[in-house]
This record gives sequence, C-alpha cells and structure tokens, in this order.
Amino acid sequence: MDDITILDAVERYIRGEMNPDERLHFENLRKTNPDIDQLVVEHTLFLQQMNRFGEWKKFKQGLHDTHNSLTEQGTINSDKLKGKAKVVYLWKRYKRVTAIAACIAGVTALAISTLIWSMSPKPDNEKLQDLSREFNKIKSEQVRQKTDVNKLKDQIQSGPTTTNTAQIEFKSGGTGFLIDNKGLMITNAHVVKNSRNIRVFNIKGERFNAFVVKLDMARDVAIIKIDDDNFKLSAPLPYSIRKTTSDIAEPIFTLGYPRDEIVYGEGYLSAETGFNGDTLSCQITVPANPGNSGGPIFNHNGEVIGILSAKETQTEGAVFAIQSKYIYKALDELKKNSIYQNVKVPAKSTLDGLDKVQQVKKIRDYVFMVKGD
Amino acid sequence: MKQEINEQALLKGLAGNDKKSVDTIYRENYNMVQLLVINNNGSADDAKDVFQEAMIVLYEKARSGTFELNCQIKTYVYSVCRRLWLKRLQQLNRYPSGLDELETLVPVEDEIEEHEKRNTEFDMMDKAISNLGEPCKSLLEAYYLQKRTMLEIAANFGYTNADNAKNQKYKCLMRLKKIFFTHYKNGST
Repeated sequence: MDDITILDAVERYIRGEMNPDERLHFENLRKTNPDIDQLVVEHTLFLQQMNRFGEWKKFKQGLHDTHNSLTEQGTINSDKLKGKAKVVYLWKRYKRVTAIAACIAGVTALAISTLIWSMSPKPDNEKLQDLSREFNKIKSEQVRQKTDVNKLKDQIQSGPTTTNTAQIEFKSGGTGFLIDNKGLMITNAHVVKNSRNIRVFNIKGERFNAFVVKLDMARDVAIIKIDDDNFKLSAPLPYSIRKTTSDIAEPIFTLGYPRDEIVYGEGYLSAETGFNGDTLSCQITVPANPGNSGGPIFNHNGEVIGILSAKETQTEGAVFAIQSKYIYKALDELKKNSIYQNVKVPAKSTLDGLDKVQQVKKIRDYVFMVKGD
Repeated sequence: MKQEINEQALLKGLAGNDKKSVDTIYRENYNMVQLLVINNNGSADDAKDVFQEAMIVLYEKARSGTFELNCQIKTYVYSVCRRLWLKRLQQLNRYPSGLDELETLVPVEDEIEEHEKRNTEFDMMDKAISNLGEPCKSLLEAYYLQKRTMLEIAANFGYTNADNAKNQKYKCLMRLKKIFFTHYKNGST
C-alpha cells in the first residue's frame, strides 16, 4: 500500500465511509501498526480543524452577505450616515486631529512669518547710515534768519554800504585726506554732493577753500582740490595708497572728525565685502560716528587701504569702507583731463616700522575736516 | 416566556448557520452596536467589524451545545461588542469617551479570550492555504471545505482521471499539513 492509498483509507475511516468488513480489517491494522495509528489521530485533528475553519469561513462570508443585503434593504443604516449625523460623526472622530493640525498650522505660520520678516531685505537706506554730519536744517534756517536780521541791522547802522562778508552756513561735514602734495584730496561723494562751497580745515583749524574735481556717486568717492593761496605743505605725504585688497583680520586705524577735534579709532578688517556682499567695499570694525565719512583707513604699514563710508544701523560695529583701489580708478578717470595728467600719488609709505603714536603724529596734518554748504 | 422560546430557536438556527436566524439577529442588534461604536470614537466600518466578531462569538457559543443563555441575546451581543471595542480603542491608543459603566453587562472575558485564540488559529490556516498557491489552494478548498468528490474535482480542474487529481491533492495536503502542524506545535507549546 502506498501513502496515497493509506491516506485515502484513513480519510474514509474517519468519515465512517468504510463497510463493516473493511472497517474491522483497518482497525486491526491500526492496532498492529503504530504508524498508521499515529496517522489516524493526527489526521482526525487536522480534519476537525479544517472543518471548523470551513464553517467559520462560511459563517463569516454569510455575515458579510447579510450585512450588505440588510444595508441595501435599509433595515440597518450602516454607511448611510448623512446630513447632521455625518457631520457630528466626522467631528467626533477628527476633533483631536483637527485641533493638533490647527496648532501645527498656527505655529508654522508664525515661524514662516518670522523667518520672512527676518530674511527679507530691508531698504538699504534704512540699514546703512552715511557717516557725514548733516547739520540740522531747522537750526541752519534759524541761523540764516538771524544773519539776515544782523545784516539788516548792519545796513541800518552803516548806511547803504554793501557788505561782502558772506558767511557760509555748512550743512554737511566729513573727513578727507590728501593724496598728493598739490592739494588733491579724497572724501566721500555723499559728503560733498550737494555743496556749492566747500571748506576744509586742518588740525590747527586753518581754513582753506576747496572745490570738487570729480564726483563718483556709484562708488561714493569724491576728489576735491584745495584752491587756496595759503595752502602749503611742509613735507611730502608720509603714507601711500594700497592698490590691492587687504586681508581679513588685518589691524587698522582711522582718523576723522566726528567732532571738531581729530579722533583716532582702532580696529580690524572683518570682511572682504561690504553691505549685502558689495564688492566695492569691505567691512571693518572700528568706532565710527557721523563725521567719520571720508576718513582714511590705514593698515599698520601706514598704507591707506580704504575710505570709511557708512555703517549698518541695525548691526552694532559693522562699518563699511570703500576699498582703496577705487581711489586709483577715480584718479585714472580724472587723469583723462589734461590739467590733472601729472598727478602723482606717493608710491611708498615712510611710516613702516614706526609705532602708532609716531605714525598718527605724521599723518594727522594730512587729514582734514571737510564742510560743505 | 414566549420571547425566551423565540431566542432559543434563533440560537439553534444560528448554530446551524441558518440564514433567516442570522438575518434576524443581525437586524435586531446591529444598529445598537453601531451607535455604541460611533458614539465612542469609531466609524461605521469599525462597528461592522466589531459586530461581526460578536456574531462569531455567539455562533461558536451556540454551536458548542453547552451554552445556556441566561440573558437576552441583545445584552450578550452588547456586552461582547463593548468589550471588543474597548480593547480595540486601547490598542489604537484612542481614548474611550466615557463608556458608561452602569449599563447591565454579562461577563464575557473568557469567551472573548477563546474567540481571539480561535481567530489566530483560523487566520493562520487561512494564510497557510493562501501561501500554497494554485492549484493547491483551490483543490484543497474544493475537497475539504466544499466537500466535493474527487470525480467532480477531476472534471472541474481538468485532470484526466480521479487518480491524477488524488495524486495532486495528496502532494498539496502534505504541504499544508506540514505548515499546519509546525504552527500548531509552536502555538500550543
């Protein structure tokens, strides 16, 4: 007997399909052969389980059908939640989710608006402050009125003789520094842009007339020239002007006129570019105030590496300087004019190796206060 | 008294998988369960699942013969569903919004435990048969579940004679029994 026949017999035996003779024969076989006995027990268990499984499956399927037919008949209202019941149901089910989603949405909205607010570019003029001294308009207006009154008084007192002692009322001020022995001077364009008359004052307070020879608004560089018979230099310029870009962390110092006295400031070069990545300028860290505009920035060798021009209003300590190579650019353009063809800028600094005090002592005579009306 | 006889008859019908009885019990109890589930963070689909589970519990109970219903079918079904749904909510980590503890309930913990055990067994069997692939799945289902004769099967499945079908069935059966007894031993130890 092969396995298939045995199994067949076992199944028939379990189901009670054998006739009495066969059954007797099989029961004898079962007694004598433990393997067959084992198979019968095992297979009985299996068939039982199979049967119950079959019934379970059938019942489940029946339930499913019942559910569908009853739903179709409308006897039970499954899946027929509509109108108010549906809304109530959905609300009950999703209210926690909704609340969480609303919280997340709120937080996200706040975060995004904060981010946008902090990252969106503000108009530059709000952030950058030109460091020229803008004299209060109303104040100058008052002064002007006062002088008018004085003039009238003078006229009344001295009769109809005309007086030519016209006084200039300065509206803006800054700093400038000489770049040649004949009185050419560099300052910021924004210091002198609206001025008809320009006066420069040296450290001793001596006053000289000057006029604009070149105004480069894009680079904020102005070249002015002292035009005064009294102007005379005792010694050649001690400093030179650097042609290349300087390195970060280089120590620097500046001289300027934020008040009526020359003021020394010390710091370092902080970044190779200026405000918002502007490649014309560089960022320095140095105390700067209105009036410092146009002041020279020196490195430790006594070379001019830049022109102090502006500071960022919202960031403490971020001051910007125009890189010195643009002085040369402005000069080159100026040299196209035949009068200025022979301008000579000192090529070498004589300040190298001196200490700061000595350097400043030598430089300060060449740094001027610039005022314009 | 009359109602009691009625319910006994229903249970008897249920035990024999009588469609009319099943329909009646279904109709009389489903809406109650759906209300219970929906009022406690569930959906209509959840209600259907829970209710059908309870029906199976009742079916097995009725079939066992030893079942004496000492309360209404309604109360029994409600108790089972409530228990099942609470369990489901705990598994899903949702909070039951205050299922009323004061409702009349009959203890059903043992039945549910038994039911779950049975469920896993049958799920395992279902999986084992599905994993056999065709034609084994259809062949064994036809023979053992639908109780068709080998001759019918041979004709339906395109075997030249019943012996060929038997041969194929034997191979399939051996595979299934192997899977079944491995799981059975693992499950029972």
